[in-house]
Amino acid sequence: MRDLTDDFLELIRRTSTDLPPDVEKALVQARRGEAPGSAARNALDSILENVALARRDSSPICQDTGTPIFTVRHPAGWSTRELRLQIRKAVAQATARAYLRPNAVDSLSGKNSGDNLGDDAFPTIHFEEVEGETLTVDLMLKGGGCENVGAQYSLPHAALGAGRDMEGVRRVALDAVHQAQGQGCAPGVLGIAVGGDRGSSYLASKEVLLRPLDDANPDPALAELEARLLRDANELGIGPMGFGGRTTVLGVKAGSLHRLPASFFVSVSYMCWAHRRRRMIVAGDAVRYADRSEP
Amino acid sequence: MIDLTLPLSDSAVRDLKVGDPVSLHGVMVTGRDAAHKWLVETFIRETRAPQGDELAAVEALRPLLSSGAIYHCGPVVAGLDTKQYRFVAAGPTTSTREEPYQADVIEHFGVRAVIGKGGMGARTLAACQSAPAVYLHAIGGAATLIAKTVTRVLGVHKLEFGVPEALWVIEVRGFPAVVTMDAHGRSLHAQVEAQSRAALDRLLAS
Repeated sequence: MRDLTDDFLELIRRTSTDLPPDVEKALVQARRGEAPGSAARNALDSILENVALARRDSSPICQDTGTPIFTVRHPAGWSTRELRLQIRKAVAQATARAYLRPNAVDSLSGKNSGDNLGDDAFPTIHFEEVEGETLTVDLMLKGGGCENVGAQYSLPHAALGAGRDMEGVRRVALDAVHQAQGQGCAPGVLGIAVGGDRGSSYLASKEVLLRPLDDANPDPALAELEARLLRDANELGIGPMGFGGRTTVLGVKAGSLHRLPASFFVSVSYMCWAHRRRRMIVAGDAVRYADRSEP
Repeated sequence: MIDLTLPLSDSAVRDLKVGDPVSLHGVMVTGRDAAHKWLVETFIRETRAPQGDELAAVEALRPLLSSGAIYHCGPVVAGLDTKQYRFVAAGPTTSTREEPYQADVIEHFGVRAVIGKGGMGARTLAACQSAPAVYLHAIGGAATLIAKTVTRVLGVHKLEFGVPEALWVIEVRGFPAVVTMDAHGRSLHAQVEAQSRAALDRLLAS
């Protein structure tokens, strides 16, 4: 099978060092909204300066290069076993080149493997067979600070007055943003999944984060939820870095899953402002890279 | 912008107040989850005996921490194979995980500045008041920008914790941060938490 190791390495380099344009644009907009001279405005100035430096120097935007999460959509005939080996090889090479920090820690011994290779779940690789001839690979680097402030709620939730409806989803999601304060590196992006079981729900709450910030949710109920939550979350006043300010979240993305009659989970994944995601597209001999703003 | 040269005098620390932007110069030590647990269990609570060269390591660290700064940071470091270390990316990590340890570390080692992100809790704030010490908030995620202020890597302790968790001794010049918890009992984090709690209550009342 074709060797894509070098292409995967380039995908990792771009993801770690080059923030997607839609995210940078949202940060520029957020900066305009904060008062000149405020801690919030100064924080966004530093963030934007850092984004430019990282791109220029091919250096990680954030030192926490997180869990590399790959989603591979492949036509029939590709060996997922081979693809996994190539991705793992590229991850180790990217670590040696300081595009990634060694992040894989054995939970029992505490030992860091040093090359970002842990068990089969580190790096995380999802495979899906698709129709057509094009292979696409999405990579998201999700750091620990924002991962730690993710939350899952089982509805109804009496203390928050949250029932099993969209108003209930809104209430628990706002609670999650409040709990997070600045600790997930605000202003972040919320990924919300309604339904599923505990596992599928959390997974879906990360998958929606791959959507461009400026797209529209095709489901009217979810589109309304996203717009309402974006407005409400930014009224909390937590602001960039939790310094207080007008922009607490840059965007909200929501999805839904079928659930059991007995269960109604709402999962909230928080993505830091350093929303590092890139796509690699292999069509015929050509390999190209896209930011997630293009189709 | 207030220029601060490490080590810090008590009066320089007491002069700082919440909201002050600062620029740090001098030698500081990185330390995060494994480092705080190790320092507290081995040298403060002494629930675990020092092993190998750990006594030598802590004796080397004591003069740096005394009136010094500890930085919650797990850097990306180049030159691991040659030991010609260079910080490539070095933003702060979330500080709240060190809340169970921080007050003891401030008191025992005489730390005057804790640098991180996200702020810390009531026990650390009380320790800042009695020490005196301050909490300095660096910009989370601004890793390449901050790494450029690290002029030299002077050494490393407990590298067996792994690169992110090791205690790196670094020299910085113009390291940017903001005072968000001062030595007078004020915390921007407690203030923003309370204000956003009131806003949340309003949003949930409707």
